[in-house]
Amino acid sequence: MSLHAMAPHGHDQHADHRPVFTGARRAELDELLTRYPTKMAALLPALWMLQQDRGWVSPDGMAEVARELDLTPAYVKGVVTFYTMYHQHPVGRHFVQVCTTTPCNVCGAEDVVNAFLRETKCGELGVTSPDGRFTVIEVECLGACGFATPVMVNDAMIECVSVDAVKDLLAGLD
Amino acid sequence: MTAPAAPANPGMVTLTIEGREVVVPPGTNLIEAAKTAGVLVPHYCYHPSLPVAGVCRMCLVEVEKFPKLAPACATSVGEGQVVHVHSEKAREARKGVLEFLLINHPLDCPICDQAGECELQDYTFAEGRKDSRYMEPKRFNPMEDFGGDVLYVPNRCILCTRCVRFMDVVAQDPVLNVSERGDRAYIGKFEGSDLTHEWASNVVDLCPVGALLSKDFLNKARAWELDRAASICPSCSQGCNVTLELRDNVVVRIRPRPNMAVNQHFACETGRLNYRWINRRDRLEYPQVRTADGLVTASWSDAIAKAAALLTGTSRVTVLASPSLSNETLFLLGRLATQLGATTVTTVPRGHQAPLPGVPDLSLRAERAANHTGAALFGFVDIESPLASLGPDDILILADAAGLVATLPAGSTIIVIGTVLDDAMRELADVALPICNFAEEEGTFTNLRGRVQRFLQAKAPPAQVRPSYRVAGDLATAMGGGAFPALASDVFGVLAAHVPAFAGLSYRNLGLQGRPTAAPAEVTV
Amino acid sequence: MGYPHPSHPRETPVLSKYFGDAAARTLTGWQARGGYETLREALATDPVEVQNVVKDSGLRGRGGAGFPTGVKWSFMKPDGKTHYLCINADESEPGTFKDRELMRWTPHQLVEGTAIAAHAIYAETAYIYIRGEYTEPIARVSEAVREAYAAGILGANAMGSGKRVDVHVHKGAGAYICGEETALMNSLEGRRGNPRIKPPFPAVAGLFAKPTTINNVETVCAATHVLRNGAEWYKSLSNPANPKSTGTKLFSVCGNVARPGNYEVGMGFSMKEFLWDLCGGPPAGRTFKAIIPGGSSVPILTPEECEGAVMDYEGIQAAGSLLGSGGVICFDDSQDMVRQIARLARFYAHESCAQCTQCREGTAWTTKILERIRDGQGTMKDLDTLLEIADNMTGKTICVLSDSCATPVVSGLKKFRHEFEARIPKNRSSVMIPAFSPAAA
Repeated sequence: MSLHAMAPHGHDQHADHRPVFTGARRAELDELLTRYPTKMAALLPALWMLQQDRGWVSPDGMAEVARELDLTPAYVKGVVTFYTMYHQHPVGRHFVQVCTTTPCNVCGAEDVVNAFLRETKCGELGVTSPDGRFTVIEVECLGACGFATPVMVNDAMIECVSVDAVKDLLAGLD
Repeated sequence: MTAPAAPANPGMVTLTIEGREVVVPPGTNLIEAAKTAGVLVPHYCYHPSLPVAGVCRMCLVEVEKFPKLAPACATSVGEGQVVHVHSEKAREARKGVLEFLLINHPLDCPICDQAGECELQDYTFAEGRKDSRYMEPKRFNPMEDFGGDVLYVPNRCILCTRCVRFMDVVAQDPVLNVSERGDRAYIGKFEGSDLTHEWASNVVDLCPVGALLSKDFLNKARAWELDRAASICPSCSQGCNVTLELRDNVVVRIRPRPNMAVNQHFACETGRLNYRWINRRDRLEYPQVRTADGLVTASWSDAIAKAAALLTGTSRVTVLASPSLSNETLFLLGRLATQLGATTVTTVPRGHQAPLPGVPDLSLRAERAANHTGAALFGFVDIESPLASLGPDDILILADAAGLVATLPAGSTIIVIGTVLDDAMRELADVALPICNFAEEEGTFTNLRGRVQRFLQAKAPPAQVRPSYRVAGDLATAMGGGAFPALASDVFGVLAAHVPAFAGLSYRNLGLQGRPTAAPAEVTV
Repeated sequence: MGYPHPSHPRETPVLSKYFGDAAARTLTGWQARGGYETLREALATDPVEVQNVVKDSGLRGRGGAGFPTGVKWSFMKPDGKTHYLCINADESEPGTFKDRELMRWTPHQLVEGTAIAAHAIYAETAYIYIRGEYTEPIARVSEAVREAYAAGILGANAMGSGKRVDVHVHKGAGAYICGEETALMNSLEGRRGNPRIKPPFPAVAGLFAKPTTINNVETVCAATHVLRNGAEWYKSLSNPANPKSTGTKLFSVCGNVARPGNYEVGMGFSMKEFLWDLCGGPPAGRTFKAIIPGGSSVPILTPEECEGAVMDYEGIQAAGSLLGSGGVICFDDSQDMVRQIARLARFYAHESCAQCTQCREGTAWTTKILERIRDGQGTMKDLDTLLEIADNMTGKTICVLSDSCATPVVSGLKKFRHEFEARIPKNRSSVMIPAFSPAAA
């Protein structure tokens, strides 16, 4: 079971990093810093901004966030690797997360995951599809247990996904 | 609810640990309280010089009336508490922790440096299961070079986080983290940020197991082969308390020795790794005197007599002494100088400073000498070019100071008291008297704050080498200064009687933690 | 309840009254439904009095611990220090999905409850910590906060009271353990979500080392209604036979059940009526095999044990489990209990923060043994080992994640031992060790 996505083939961790915290994002970070008495408390929100803008949290991105918040990159990395939602490698255009924890598991969630792996041609959990469109992972309880099987595609929560619905769901994605 | 009874010892907390009464200040944790009763509460993540983490769960003790076992490191003493460290519940809990720690732990003891000084071995042998019932694959991560002198072996790591807390809070250079979660967790760092901090190697000592290793010590010796002696690091004026560790009379490692007034539990990398010179084999091993045929080996009595003959006369004498000689030796050299009317000088090598921010007044000091404070107390003036004014008619006594000056005055009479005789010296010395280095004799140093600390003899000196204070004493005697004791402790007794700063001090009361001088005032010897 | 099913007549919809009603999400919609009048009154009331009303009502924390809310608030004294309120919207306990609905249907109910709670504990700043996966609730609550600021309900002069109430939404990033109150505070501070050792307790030194109260979403929403209608009214909603559990509770029902969803009933409701009538019983053609009544961390019950049970804190405890978060997970007779308990253990192994030895190693070890048994490679000795491991994992750690992993193992082996034994090959003296795998995920 894959907790994080795996590095895509031929991926370079150190491809040029464009700074995130300039212009509007800079203003946003400055506003954010007024909400907390410490700079460190803005770490999770700052990492979200980085991931939203660059698609993943790279080592250079971590170093930039560390500089902005007067933290060490090692410290930032320790935090990033704790939380499952920060991607430490680029992922497919559509990041598919299927809940398979027990309440959904008893409603057939594993069949849904397998259907996704088949239909996206990813083949394996955490691996991006050859066309770069999809990465499929299993996740723990998404908090939508009454709507089994819930699936998140990037930020969208799709409830009550059955095996039959998978194909159409994917067809609707670019 | 009735008001709590008044404490048995007002201002203190009285409780019972393993049936023994303990009286300690409020706020003391149960591990420290138990120590005062001679009871060890087994633990890993707790360390008196680090903030409390409470994560290893090894120190769980049974406290009567508490609903659950309590972590001794994170529980403060309470009036009237009754604590059991070795009750069945506590033992079972520890046995459980040990089992959990061992399930992913590799069977590395035969190749692991920590063997013989490993707290996982020790507690498992004492209280662990005698067999393993773990049938699953073990977690595996490759070894990593953390930079500096430190190697990390994640498979052996018990995630006590002492290293992370040390770098974060004590070194204030947070380059280590805990990465990942659950049983995937390991100690991580960021690419390009290494353990280059001057004090980073302390994580190797802090690590209870063989997860953090010294590259310098890797595979050099087994812990049980080591002979150990309490000593003082001679690399700078901080005077960190250390232990010299030797295998077959060769120093293989220097480790810090606890002294809460000087270095807590820590030593810097400069000091740690500066021991190879102690083992050098190209020593001056026999007394030498200059004859028509050059320098030849002589007996001690002949060599001392020759030196005395050279010193008798009207020539100016300069005594250039190393600022890393012991108080005893410098005192006696000072006596000699007084008899001769000699100038006493020294020169203190300097380097960069590197403080350990989380400990008050602890730093790698700019003065790279063990006893420059002692040298000053005995009248040796620190001069940058101490031999600048020497001429061909002058006599120079070079006391372990050959390495401190770039060029020696040609033409002067030179009496060398030292550990080595290099080529230049071989050309110029008139008499050469071999002495022990600090590891081969006992003595005391005075650190930059005026703390007088003993160092013990760690290794046997080679050949005909004699303790430095004895050679200084013999020279002084030969010049009519009277007899001096043969034992270092007795020399110190004479020193303490004559030098007000050392009044009242003795080897007995210095112990192995040292004492401050009375007042670091100017003294006449 | 409502969404997605219509409310059952036997429900008592108080918090869930507007589930499915999109108009209730906006500020004007909420005000039209009587919203924010309670906040206005509360801001004009001394905090101690607010605390007392909530104390009288018997409201207990709805996140799982069941600690009396008014008492918790009363730990916060007017000491002149900065106080903080944290709203725990990290809802990650498997089987629980009530806070999600509260936030996406009635975000202003939460904002109002937050402001009231902040006032009650002398706090000027509240953080609503919402798990990162809850993108819609985050959007709805953030919008509600924006609307409230624009209308002067929040800010330096909340509703013209002269008091400051600031509310910030803080997004989590994927960690169940951040639902533990001290781990939540660490996460908010920008740290790894590690639970803290106690003491110090949050009311003494919590968020940013200041006195802090952490409340669940449902709790503060309920508190609003308590203050609006009074303590006696709140007590009247529940079964009078047990005055220790009052008011209503949102139960999240999921798994193999005819009508999964959130149901709001008075405390002390008959579990038999709840499961077989309100929720529609098992799926067609099936029977119930097991029910976990309070989120995955509480003991598993058999249907027989549920039949006589009463749904409140004491009643479920008497039946052999705990009310917990109120997440009711149903298993029908087609389910493989070994497989599902192994899957639960895997959840805990994933979520362990790694601090405590017993949890870090024990959750993973338990999972590996259970999966080996699931795959037909178990031994009878494994069953004893599992129970000993579970015992070593219980009552010995900083937080109860470790105990929570042990619970389904212990109750599962107690009540479904036959399923485990059936998976163990009979004539087997040794077990095949799976191949060495350095990249085992």
